[in-house]
Amino acid sequence: MSSKRIVTCNINGRPEEFLCQSRQTLLEVLRDVLDMTGTKEGCSNGNCGACTVQFNGRPVDSCLVLAVEANGAEIETIESVAPAEGLDALQNAFLEEAALQCGICTPGFIIQARALLNENPNPTEEEIRFYLAGNLCRCTGYDKIVRAVQAAAQSRMASATT
Amino acid sequence: MPRVFIPPQLRSLTNDLTEVDITGTNVRQVIDALDAKHPGIRSRLCEGDELKPGLTVAIGRRMGTLGLLEKVDENSEVHFLPAIGGG
Amino acid sequence: MATAEKKYKVIGTRPIRHDGVDKVTGRAKYGADLHLTGMLYGAILRSPHAHARIKSIDTSKAEALPGVRAVVTNADLPQIGSKIADLGEGMFNLQHISRIALACEKVTYKGHAVAAVAADNIHIAQEATALIEVDYEPLPHVMDVREAMRDDAPILHEDVRTEAFASATDEPGDQPTNIAKHFFHEKGNIEEGFSAAHLVLEREFTTATVHQGYIEPHNATALWNPDGQITVWTSTQGTFVVREQLSGLLQEPISKIKVVPMEIGGGFGGKIVAYLPPVAAILSKKSGRPVQLVMDRTEVLEATGPTPGSYMKVKIGVDSEGLITAADAYIAFEAGGFPGSPIPAASMTVFACYEIPNGRVNGYDVCVNKPATKAYRAPGATQAAFAVESVLDEIAEQLNIDPLELRLKNAAVEGTRRVDGVEFARIGMRETVEAIQQSDHWKSEIGDGARHIEGPAHYDDGNKRCGRGFAAGFWFNAGLKSAVTATVRTDGTVALLEGSTDIGGSRAGIAMQLAETLGITAEEVTPTVVDTDSIGYTDVTGGSRVTFATGWAAYEAALDIQRQMVKRAALIWDCNADDVCYEDGRIVGPADKSFTFGELAAQVHKTGEPIIGRGSSDHNTPGGAFAAHIVDVQVDLETGKVEILRFTAAQDVGTAIHPAYVEGQIQGAAVQGIGWALNEEYFFDDAGEMRNATFLDYRIPTCYDVPMIETILVEVPNPGHPYGVRGVGEVPIVPPPAAIANAIYAATGVRMPNLPISPPNLLHALLENK
Repeated sequence: MSSKRIVTCNINGRPEEFLCQSRQTLLEVLRDVLDMTGTKEGCSNGNCGACTVQFNGRPVDSCLVLAVEANGAEIETIESVAPAEGLDALQNAFLEEAALQCGICTPGFIIQARALLNENPNPTEEEIRFYLAGNLCRCTGYDKIVRAVQAAAQSRMASATT
Repeated sequence: MPRVFIPPQLRSLTNDLTEVDITGTNVRQVIDALDAKHPGIRSRLCEGDELKPGLTVAIGRRMGTLGLLEKVDENSEVHFLPAIGGG
Repeated sequence: MATAEKKYKVIGTRPIRHDGVDKVTGRAKYGADLHLTGMLYGAILRSPHAHARIKSIDTSKAEALPGVRAVVTNADLPQIGSKIADLGEGMFNLQHISRIALACEKVTYKGHAVAAVAADNIHIAQEATALIEVDYEPLPHVMDVREAMRDDAPILHEDVRTEAFASATDEPGDQPTNIAKHFFHEKGNIEEGFSAAHLVLEREFTTATVHQGYIEPHNATALWNPDGQITVWTSTQGTFVVREQLSGLLQEPISKIKVVPMEIGGGFGGKIVAYLPPVAAILSKKSGRPVQLVMDRTEVLEATGPTPGSYMKVKIGVDSEGLITAADAYIAFEAGGFPGSPIPAASMTVFACYEIPNGRVNGYDVCVNKPATKAYRAPGATQAAFAVESVLDEIAEQLNIDPLELRLKNAAVEGTRRVDGVEFARIGMRETVEAIQQSDHWKSEIGDGARHIEGPAHYDDGNKRCGRGFAAGFWFNAGLKSAVTATVRTDGTVALLEGSTDIGGSRAGIAMQLAETLGITAEEVTPTVVDTDSIGYTDVTGGSRVTFATGWAAYEAALDIQRQMVKRAALIWDCNADDVCYEDGRIVGPADKSFTFGELAAQVHKTGEPIIGRGSSDHNTPGGAFAAHIVDVQVDLETGKVEILRFTAAQDVGTAIHPAYVEGQIQGAAVQGIGWALNEEYFFDDAGEMRNATFLDYRIPTCYDVPMIETILVEVPNPGHPYGVRGVGEVPIVPPPAAIANAIYAATGVRMPNLPISPPNLLHALLENK
C-alpha cells in the first residue's frame, strides 16, 4: 500500500487537512474521507458533471482532479451554496421551477450555474445551454433547468439592485 | 354466458373457433369448462393451480389481478394475454 | 392546463416537493452516499469475452492480497433451478438473475460479472479482481438478431427452445435455438384485408441497442448479520421486488430480509432487477462485515439491461380514403445474453393507436451476445412505433392526406378491439391528436421561434433543409399493489408512510391526494418512503403507476382517517356518529358544531387512541395513455447533423395532480426519445466488445442539443380513479424517434428506416440519394 500524503486546503471557507493516497481523486476524498457526499459520481471520467465543484475560482469535474492537486486550493462544494439562513437564489429557483426529478445531477448543475451567473449575470438561453452543456441530466429534458437558471438570474439581479 | 377469446395458437384445439361461450363465475371455472369441451386447453393455460407464468388474463376491458380467482360475470369477455412489464 | 386547479384545492397546484431542500443542498442520501461502520468496498471482475465457457476460476491470489476480506463467485450462491417470479412489472427467471449477477458456466456478453471481491477500500478491491485467474474457452459470438435466428448461429443457451405463447404445439422442438419466445396475435382475415386495399406498403426497420442512461450508477450495501438477518440499502425502483429477488436467489425467507430504500438517481425501468444486492449480501456473509458495491459507468453500460435492438417488418394496407384495411408486423428483439426482452409489449402496442379490422403480429425474443435487456420506459413500444409511424407517414404522403387527418381517420376509440383481442375503455387518442392540430406549433411556420435560427426558417437556405414530422404512440400503464399508513399528529399535520421510491417527485403527488381528501394543505402532509418492514407490499416505481396506485392508497387512508375523526368528534360532542360528517376539511356535527381538521387533531391524544389511517390499492383501471408529438428539424446536408428546432408533445394525462411534474415526465421522456433517434447506440466491434461505453461516446443529449419542450396536457379525467389520475411517465418516449425520422424525410426527401439517425448514417444516406 502506497503511503499517504497530507493535503492542506480550504473547503467551503474552512481550512481542511486530510490524508490521501496519490491515486485518490478529489471526488473520492470529498465523499469517502471527508463525508461530504453532496457531490455525486455519475461517470468517473469527466463526462457528466455530477461531480462539479468550484476549484480555485472555476467549476471543475472533481473526478478528474487528483486529491493531491488540491494542496493549497480553494474549493467550494454544494454544501456551501446555501447561506446561513434559507437557500441560495438558484436553489430556490430549482425548487420553484421543479427543475429536478431524481435530483442526482442537481448539485453539479447548481455549482456550474452559480459559476455562470457570477460570470454573466443575465445570460441568454443560448448562453445558459452552452455553459451547462457539460452537465448531463436524464430526467428533466433540461427545459425546467434552463428556466430555473433564468429565474435565478432575474431574482439575483432584483436583489442586487435593492 | 362469459365469452372466451381463444389465443390464435390454441385454435387447433377448439376446431378453429376464435370465441367460445362457456359457463363459469371465475377464470378457474371458465378454464375447467373450456377444457371439458376442448380437452388439452387447460394444460396450455395453467401450470398446477395457477395461470402459467408469463400469462395473464383480461376481463372485458381491464387487466385481471387475481389470476384464476378473477371473477367473471355473465357478459364478460375473457382474454389470455402475455404478461408485460413497464419501466 | 388549469382544469384540475379549478375543481380542487390542492390537486392541480404546484407545491414545492417535500424532499426538495435536501436535494438542492446535497443532503439527500443516495445509495452510494451511505457509510456504515466497518464497511468494506466491493469490486467485480467481468468477462472480457462476448461469449465463452468458464473452465475454472482461481481466486487464491486475490484472497491472499492484504486488505481483501472475501471473494465470491456464482458457486457461493445457492444453485437454483429455473423459476419464473412475478415481480409485478414483468416476469423474471430467478435462475437467470442469479447468473446475471454472477456468471455460471458461461459468459454471454462482454462485461458479464464473473467474481466479486470485498476489501478495505475500493482500490484494493479493484487490484484484487485483477488477481483472479479465470480460464475461459472463447466461443463464437453472434451480435445481430437476424443472424442469431439462423439455424447455424452460435447458440447461447443449450437449454433454450422456442416457447410459443399459449400454443397447442406439443413439443417446443428438440434443437437448441437462440429464439427463446414467439408471440402471435391475429384478428380478422389478413389476406382478405390486404386484397381489399388500394395501397399496400411494406417496409423494414432496424433499431440499435440503447441504454436508459440514468446518471446514478447501480449501488447496494448489504449487511448479513450473524443472527441471519439480511439488510440491504440500495437505490432501487422497488424495495419489495428486490426483497423477492434476494429471497429467491439466496434461498432465504423474506422475513429474514429487509430492503431499505435510499434516494435513487434515475431508473426508467433499469433499476428493477437486483444486480448488486445478492452479490453484496454473499460478500457480507463471507466477510462478516457490511459491503458496498457501486458500479462505474462502463459497468452500467456493458452489464446492466439496455433496451433491445430490433429488426422489424411492417406492412399496412389502406383503402383510397386512407382507412386501414390490414396491418401485419414482424418484430424480432435482441434479448441479449439471456431471454426476456419486452417483445410481448411491443407486439401489443404496435398497432394499438388504430382501428385494425384485419391484423397480425409475430414477435420474437432472440438471444445475442449483448447485455441482457431489461425495461426502458414503455419497453418495446418505441421500437414498434418507429416502424408503424414511419409507414403511416409514407402512406399519408402517397395518398396526399394530411398526416394528422390520416391518424384521426383510423384512431382507436372506446370499444376499438386491438389485434390482441382486448377492447379499449375510454381513451384519449383522438383528443391528443386534435390537441396537436389546434396547437400553436402546428399552426406556425417550421422553425418559428427556434433559438438557433434568426428569422423564419427557409427550406432552401444553402445547405440546410427544414422539415416537420408527426408521430403518435400508446402505452398501457399499470395498477398493481401499493400500501400507505398515515398518522394524525396533534399539530394538525399528517405523517404519511409509503413504499414507492421517489424517482421523479412522486412523494408530492401522493401527499397532495391525501391532503385533498382531508381538506388540508400539501405542506401539512409529511411523506416518507420507508423500508420493507415498515409498510405494506408496494410494487415498483415504474409502469406509470405510482401517482395512480399509491395515490389511491393515500386516498383510502385519508377516508379511513375521516371515519375515525368523525367518531372522535361524536365522542367529544356526545352525540351520534351518524349525525357527524366530514366535509371540506371540517368535521361537522349537530347544532352547528364543527372542528377544523387541525382543531380536532389537537384533541386526539386527550380523547382516545392515536388516529392512524391505512390504505391499500390493487386497482387495475389506470387507463392506457396516448401521446402525439410534432417536431421541426433542420438538417445540415453537408454533415448529416440534425438540429431540433421546436418540439411539442401532447398527451392525455388524466388529471394532472402536480402539473410541473407531469410536464417534467413528458419533457424528460421526449429528450430521451430525441437521443434515441439521433445518436444513441451501442457500438460493438468484431470481438463483440462495446467501444463506446462511456458518456463521452454513448452520447445522450446535453442541454445544448435540445430546445424547450412544449407540452400540451390534455386532461380527460380517468373514470377509473377517484381523482381521475392516468399514468403519464412512459408513453412520451414512444413517438419521438418516428416523429424525427418523418421530419427528416420532410426536410430531405430521404427515409431513414434505421436508428440512430446519427450524422454519419444520415450523411451516407443523403449522399447515396443524390
